Amino acid sequence: MSMVLYIAVMAGVTYLIRMIPFTAFRHKIKSRFLQSVLYYIPYAVLSAMTFPAIFYSTGSTATAAVGTAVAIILAYFKLPLTAVAVSACIAAFVTGLII
Amino acid sequence: MKSSFIKGLSSGIPIALGYFSVSFGFGIMAVKSGISAISAVIISLTNLTSAGQAAGVGIIASGGTLIEMAITQFVINLRYSLMGLSLSQKLSDSFTTPHRIIASFGITDEIFAVASAQPERLVPSFMYGLILISSFGWVSGTALGAFAGLALPASLTSAMGIMLYGMFIAIIIPAARASKKDLVVICLAAIFSIAFKFLLPSVSFGFAIIISAIAAAVIGALLYPVEISETEGEEQ
Repeated sequence: MSMVLYIAVMAGVTYLIRMIPFTAFRHKIKSRFLQSVLYYIPYAVLSAMTFPAIFYSTGSTATAAVGTAVAIILAYFKLPLTAVAVSACIAAFVTGLII
Repeated sequence: MKSSFIKGLSSGIPIALGYFSVSFGFGIMAVKSGISAISAVIISLTNLTSAGQAAGVGIIASGGTLIEMAITQFVINLRYSLMGLSLSQKLSDSFTTPHRIIASFGITDEIFAVASAQPERLVPSFMYGLILISSFGWVSGTALGAFAGLALPASLTSAMGIMLYGMFIAIIIPAARASKKDLVVICLAAIFSIAFKFLLPSVSFGFAIIISAIAAAVIGALLYPVEISETEGEEQ
């Protein structure tokens, strides 16, 4: 499959999702069920993307597991996104040096 | 006009710094998945979204179909429709349709959060400043990661593969901590996704995420319907 096509579909769909409601939609969704689904979708997507992929993200399950644990602990204490991401990376890197 | 553009730029500096470090990881991840550095930069320039791009790279790397790509992007980025809808209620009269068509490109979780927090109605120049500096951080981080990332020691670039996921964890864990409903949905989505990986490995990466996320969100909506005001207030 051509890379240009992949990028065109990816960017096109992403743009239309942003553009159409922002530009045209003047009403709100009335259905409470649909509203609830849309409310949960971002968290569900991020969680499904993260697990189990995060354990394969460093090429070593052990370093990834340590990085994941550090990320979860720091995120639990509400550290900023960048701090959590960088700390997870450092934890995985240091673990890699030790083992 | 000019001062609100500057205000947008300065409001976006923290976003740009955060994006830079995360997209550096994205650049490395993309190149490691076999995508050229220039393609990685073009993806960041045209998409401006972390989760969608990470999933998109996964689909490209696994040779997925264009339908799979379109549906995956639709599901993962559907939240931007909600954010766009919410922001559209907050626009000043100077936000004419052409401005909306341009500024909608820059609706991301973080830009939405900063724009929503503004006490006054949004003018185009403020949004352009905010989007411009954030995009600059996102694209330049991708470029550095994609072009220079592989010059770094392999031990370091391997570890950097975790950065994007670290950012996702930084979004979902505080939500899970604050709300039991969110915790249930987050755990369900993770369990479904893990089950696909080990029990149904023939299902492609993109569809496994879509099915897992929609199933978890539908179960969440059936078990714990949210209040209308909650949808607006917590969606950042």
